[in-house]
Amino acid sequence: MLGLFPKSAILTAIAALMFAAIGHRSANATVFNPESFTIENGLQVVIVPNHRAPVATMIVYYKVGAMDEPPGKSGLAHYFEHLMFKGTKNMAPGEFSRTVARNGGRDNAFTSQDYTGYVTTFAADRLDLMLKLEADRMTGLRLTPEDIAPERRVVLEERLSRIDNNPRAQLSEQAGAALYANHPYRIPIIGWEHEIKSLNRADLMAFYRAWYTPNNAVIVISGDVTATNVKPMVQRHFGALPARDLPTRPDWKEPPRSADRAVSLSHPRVRQPSWSRRYLAPSYSTGDRQHIYALNVLTEILSGGTTGRLYRRLVVEQALAAHTGAWYSGDNRGPGVFGFHGSPRPGRTLDEIETAIEAEIAAVLKDGVTDEEVKLAIERLRAEAVFARDSLNAPPRILGNALMSGQSIEDVEAWPERIGAVTKKAVDAAARAVLNTDGTVTTRLTPQSKPEKKS
Amino acid sequence: MTRRLLTRWATRATATAFLLIAAVAFTDQPARALDIEPVISPGGIKAWLVRDTSVPVLSIEFSFRGGRTYDAAEKAGLSNLLSGLLDEGAGTLDSKAFQAELQNRSIRMSFSAGRDTFRGSLKTLNKHRDRAIGLLDLALTKPRFDTEPLERMRQQSLISLKRRSTNPDYIAGRTWATAVFGDHPYAIPSSGTPATIAGITRDDLVEFVRERFARDLLIVGVTGDITAAELAPLLDRAFGSLPESKVLPAIADATPRLTGDTYVVELDVPQSSIIFGQPGLRRDDADWYTGLVMNYILGGGGFSSRLYSEVREKRGLAYSVGTGLHPMRLSALISGGAGTKNANVAESLKIIRAEWDRMRTGGVTADELSRAKSYLTGSFPLRLSSTDRIARMLVSIQYHDLGIDYIDKRANYINVVSAESIAKLARRLLDPGKLTFVVVGKPAAVTPTAPAPQI
Repeated sequence: MLGLFPKSAILTAIAALMFAAIGHRSANATVFNPESFTIENGLQVVIVPNHRAPVATMIVYYKVGAMDEPPGKSGLAHYFEHLMFKGTKNMAPGEFSRTVARNGGRDNAFTSQDYTGYVTTFAADRLDLMLKLEADRMTGLRLTPEDIAPERRVVLEERLSRIDNNPRAQLSEQAGAALYANHPYRIPIIGWEHEIKSLNRADLMAFYRAWYTPNNAVIVISGDVTATNVKPMVQRHFGALPARDLPTRPDWKEPPRSADRAVSLSHPRVRQPSWSRRYLAPSYSTGDRQHIYALNVLTEILSGGTTGRLYRRLVVEQALAAHTGAWYSGDNRGPGVFGFHGSPRPGRTLDEIETAIEAEIAAVLKDGVTDEEVKLAIERLRAEAVFARDSLNAPPRILGNALMSGQSIEDVEAWPERIGAVTKKAVDAAARAVLNTDGTVTTRLTPQSKPEKKS
Repeated sequence: MTRRLLTRWATRATATAFLLIAAVAFTDQPARALDIEPVISPGGIKAWLVRDTSVPVLSIEFSFRGGRTYDAAEKAGLSNLLSGLLDEGAGTLDSKAFQAELQNRSIRMSFSAGRDTFRGSLKTLNKHRDRAIGLLDLALTKPRFDTEPLERMRQQSLISLKRRSTNPDYIAGRTWATAVFGDHPYAIPSSGTPATIAGITRDDLVEFVRERFARDLLIVGVTGDITAAELAPLLDRAFGSLPESKVLPAIADATPRLTGDTYVVELDVPQSSIIFGQPGLRRDDADWYTGLVMNYILGGGGFSSRLYSEVREKRGLAYSVGTGLHPMRLSALISGGAGTKNANVAESLKIIRAEWDRMRTGGVTADELSRAKSYLTGSFPLRLSSTDRIARMLVSIQYHDLGIDYIDKRANYINVVSAESIAKLARRLLDPGKLTFVVVGKPAAVTPTAPAPQI
């Protein structure tokens, strides 16, 4: 399943789509056994000891993401994330990464709708230095016009790479805009081009001052460390940073909807058509939590590799689809999403794909799933939790993602138990709760024979 | 919604990624060495083992020397197609049964076709270890290649080729390989062409298994909660039924045909995809470590390299830019990639050329050298983050014949590199007259110096 082989390409695509779900699968009650403490200014620290090698991964999470941007300022959270690698009063621009590298470490960062994370991986004996660097930029960033201008061009190039060069991503961006009537999730994380171009230093610094505070941060460290040795370091570097009041977060809610939407893109560079359908679904923040675990199991039944219902029926038995699957993302600050996708074999059509996937949805709604399917799905999901321990990066990603989306460490630790308690009845109920709803978004990506006129 | 996270930096899709991955194969040094145990099974199968009891899993990584270079030109893509079929039915188990055996026990088995090796990977919970080994033996010695999975995989392969046919990174990679390797097998597309994929028969697959898998071509690395005594008999069960030895036909060295040209492939995309490079160093070159340090400073060092600084940090011309050493068994390149909007291509090419020249004529500073060494030696343990990664490293060390004490010696190999040796190598190796560019897009003000090779 490695390399460029199509089967793996599909699985990779699904994995990307289901990042959140996969994260959740990986938790286990007796797996991470994290230690946690919070210092006086509200900074929480979570530690997952792993003494296999003398290394550690640290992610500093800030509970601020694209959904927290002021109106008209899309792309601000992500643009700002890039600028966190510029200077402070103690460090020259770029010196952060150079210092990490000189110490044998690696650094990176990511921005989601819900949060922003700064990742460093390093020899465990450099932890004190890494904490010092992170504390320095938590409140001491200095941005000059010379920092801001080239980095804006980098971000615009990133938008070209990710979205504008890629018809599939363009359609996905538009699907997001259609799915949410009200929630800021409708705006892409990277931002609209014209708004990225208009962001200025005042916007950036206001965003920084509003959200980058110890009481809005969680540091998760996995590796060859213990709470006993980390705590004094954290106290030393972060203890003096004051807590600040955070802006009020709007309690975004999606209105009820009755209209289904169709979003389509014909593009001259598309060679392979594809279809998808998205439903709003429960999330830890907005929905019925009981359904979340059942929806994880349902996704595994529908889409768990090549033995999942969709692949088995559409790809193997009907020889209709080249690729198909389902995904679910429920660990969000905003609404969750449940989705289906499929792409036809040559000579078959998107209409046939749609009909076949709708038939699978109808079958789930009418007959439900089987006890055997539930049992096997649970077993596979719980195994994922063991595999997650065999990784330095997975524990901080999973724990951080959970803490940022309204869950507790206890929720993560109880995950295998709760997954294990899911029954056929619960899966059937969850399927009805999500897949019977109106307000879906259906996308179609198709080839366009004539060259495009715009641009 | 397909992308919840934006990361700060990403390698440019496959075309560039394949160039960069090899370069980071052995770049770092551990704080403490791994305890590697050579194991020989009763039947004579050799493996290197690192025992790791932190997680109840077993990872087996292995390679057969050979790889897709030995696919006949008219069967291009054979290795790749086969890599997706070994786990689609073997022995008495048809595709569905075999996949169910894997999935219901969460056994991760995968294969991939490299240029010079055919690789396999098995990862399992300890409790399913016996069954996992049995399935691996079946996959390697008794794959069925039933019509349904063969045709399914063939269709997926064809669709994947079609899908990629308008992808700028894919076009750049194919054009690059064709320009560099001409009619040498190294130029053959890894996933074949629609015509060659259509022409692959079951007999071809059967013959591949008969002729290309043998014990004297096999290299094995194992990591997990297992002792040498427990592993030995499992090695016989996994690999003992393979033929003792197979002789691969001789293939001549591939001398890169790099003439310093700039090739342009017109494609209607806003951002051009660029690949550039020239002849490099084989892994056994006496100057390998000098080259490793030089490349780190030139373009290999993530957020710290000269190219990163000049192209991205200072000017914001690209989201990603970098270089890597790319040693192959029959050739070697130093090459890199970048993505930049069409208007910026000319300036990016100019800067890349200038940096090539600056390294050739000016060498490196003492500060750059010291930073490079401390990164390359200090970051080694970061790759010991999971059992499969450790096992893959064991395979690579054996493949390159670096010695079981390689990890202990590695820091010294790097630390003896001097500014003088880099200057000498740069003068010998770097040749702006051979630095060749492939640009796919609609670059402004870039004049091709020769017609791009047909792919």
